[in-house]
Amino acid sequence: MSKRFTGAEIFIKSLSREGVETIFGYPGGTVLPIYDKLYDAEFEHILPHHEQGGIHAADGYARSTGRIGVVIATSGPGATNLVTGLATAYMDSVPLVAFTGQVPSHMLGTDAFQEADITGISMPITKHNYLVQKTENLARIIKEAFHIASSGRPGPVLVDIPKDIMLQEVEFVYPEQVDLRGYKPNYRGHPLQIKKAAEKINQCRRPVLYAGGGVIISEASSELRQLAEKAQIPVTTTLTGLGAFDEKNRLSLGMLGMHGSTEANMAISHADLIIAVGCRFDDRVTGKLEEFAQEADIIHIDIDPAEVGKRVAIDIPIVGDVKGILTKLNEQVSEKSSNGWGSQIQEWQEMDCRRCSSTGKNGRLSSRPIIEEIDSLTDGEAFIVTEVGQHQMWAAQFFNYNRPRQFITSGGLGTMGYGFPASLGVQVGNREATVFLLAGDGSFQMNIQELATAAKNNLPVKIVIFNNHYLGMVRQWQEMFLDRRYSSTCLRRRSDCPPQCSEPDEGCPEMIPDFTKVAQAYGIKAEKITKPEEVRAALERALAEPGPYLLDCLIEVEENVFPMVPPGGSLYEMILEEESE
Amino acid sequence: MKHTVAVQVANESGVLARIASLFSRRGFNIESLSVGQTEDEDVSRITLVVCGSQKDLEQLEKQLNKLIVVYKVSNITNDPAVSRSMAFIKVRADYSTRSEIIQIVDVFRGEIVDVANDSVMVEVTGDEGKINAMEELLEPYGIIELVRTGKIAMTRGKK
Repeated sequence: MSKRFTGAEIFIKSLSREGVETIFGYPGGTVLPIYDKLYDAEFEHILPHHEQGGIHAADGYARSTGRIGVVIATSGPGATNLVTGLATAYMDSVPLVAFTGQVPSHMLGTDAFQEADITGISMPITKHNYLVQKTENLARIIKEAFHIASSGRPGPVLVDIPKDIMLQEVEFVYPEQVDLRGYKPNYRGHPLQIKKAAEKINQCRRPVLYAGGGVIISEASSELRQLAEKAQIPVTTTLTGLGAFDEKNRLSLGMLGMHGSTEANMAISHADLIIAVGCRFDDRVTGKLEEFAQEADIIHIDIDPAEVGKRVAIDIPIVGDVKGILTKLNEQVSEKSSNGWGSQIQEWQEMDCRRCSSTGKNGRLSSRPIIEEIDSLTDGEAFIVTEVGQHQMWAAQFFNYNRPRQFITSGGLGTMGYGFPASLGVQVGNREATVFLLAGDGSFQMNIQELATAAKNNLPVKIVIFNNHYLGMVRQWQEMFLDRRYSSTCLRRRSDCPPQCSEPDEGCPEMIPDFTKVAQAYGIKAEKITKPEEVRAALERALAEPGPYLLDCLIEVEENVFPMVPPGGSLYEMILEEESE
Repeated sequence: MKHTVAVQVANESGVLARIASLFSRRGFNIESLSVGQTEDEDVSRITLVVCGSQKDLEQLEKQLNKLIVVYKVSNITNDPAVSRSMAFIKVRADYSTRSEIIQIVDVFRGEIVDVANDSVMVEVTGDEGKINAMEELLEPYGIIELVRTGKIAMTRGKK
């Protein structure tokens, strides 16, 4: 009789078979058998200080390396703490496998201690999930989970394992192949559709490439560049597509959408052909749907058939893997020396629409020079990870991304608290790289406990806080659309402040907390800057420090993100700058 | 517009929950649903009647296809197909009305499956129109209770 192994041992062996190098996880009662076997594992285990931190770290690891992120949590609250991370990864198509412990099989459904129906809860926010019912099935399910997470359109898969399954002994047979009757992603684009698309591209006069995160996932950046350069097509990317096309390339239009550049939004609005690649026509991208790209025919290349025609009617759909399709397309597209509208595009590019002034009012510090300085000090090579809000948009606008997987951000779900743990995952997956976290003072506090993870694992992430004492993006909307009624967005506000206050001044209470003191409590070096002339030296000190470093930048409090397409507005109706009072 | 969709799914626990969850979160409206075994023991078949535009339906089919447990989705609305649902109708009936009711039921090739002092239970099988008509005719006698199954359907001839 061949050797038998416990479910926990099978778990460890299966992960090794999948080539897992790092997992992020938090122990608890129902995952004890697995944690006890971790001593024998070949992969490294990183302990976050909250399960949410663990799953975002796994997500950052996955996005920055292209490998599959793995996270473990215990049953009940451990599992429910993964929910935001699953939804975040699902929205941005990130390959994750999340393992949760579960109460023993015979107690399922009895409201046992730390029981939560996590497969039920996570159904709409995972690509697929499993409740393991027999130890015999565990290896097969793990194999399937990794396959589903990373193939087709990637996404998170959750595997819920009752504790008794981890303890029972069976033979270990790891399947070589996966055969799922209901899951056969189609990678190859239809040749006839590709031919039609090539003809369309050869005939058009005002083309634009609109590239999304799918280009990065499919590793198709060089194919994208070839197409752009061969047919002289300007390229705009989505937020999650940043880095798919070198922004220093003459054909780059930067990001499109709500806070996109003038050249991108104007080009989309006036194009006669849009080639949408690995993207999904998100509402933050299209603005008012009825007026999106009205003059254009649209080619849509995506691996997920459900994205084609979901929001916008498509003239030439091509379902399949972006990389393969672009390769075929490049063979059929004719070489051009210029497109029909280079001079018009150039005119828009020269407007330099990012009207965020380079110094704040009265010479105070503003966001733009900080980001541009990071770009210049790291030769544009740093990983940039962000939280969500104004600083995220500034990070998208002012850093020139030049390679895929360089910019890590929660795009679809817009998860505050994502960035910091994600940046730790990026650093774990790229030990030698320079990793910057750009954070808002609000977002950073949503997973601030991960300072401990950074310190204890000596993950030298450079944390830059854009501290304006406000939930800045929400405040901006209140300023622009709600008559400056700053309801609950001032983070300096105390219980004895006047009920309604929209006029922050010198007499306002101190910001709580003092981020530098918090960092120091975790043994992390930190400093605070307030003036534009302090930026460079402070960043140099941060870069020189071998460990993590926190830089608290007190920026202009009422700085806004422009250009802005107002919610429900059309892309060509951008607000370019502050209305003068 | 109403559509009839046949969905072949894995015969395992939790499948119906996945389908129901997908319908509710994507905002699709189910008019009727019936689920049962097929000739293949690994496969169950769900017959759905849903309301929506052609575009809604396309999106619904694509979203269903994304579920790992869904094997095949066929829109059979416009295919030559046989479809049936069934109803039990408990209707008030005394000695003066019982024979009239039995006559109506005979015309519809329904069956009286239970008789009580003051009521009868009628079983009727057919397409939607037939069951509606039967219900309408029995209405004046006083319907006490009515239950209808979802529709099941199969295309004619070759698969």
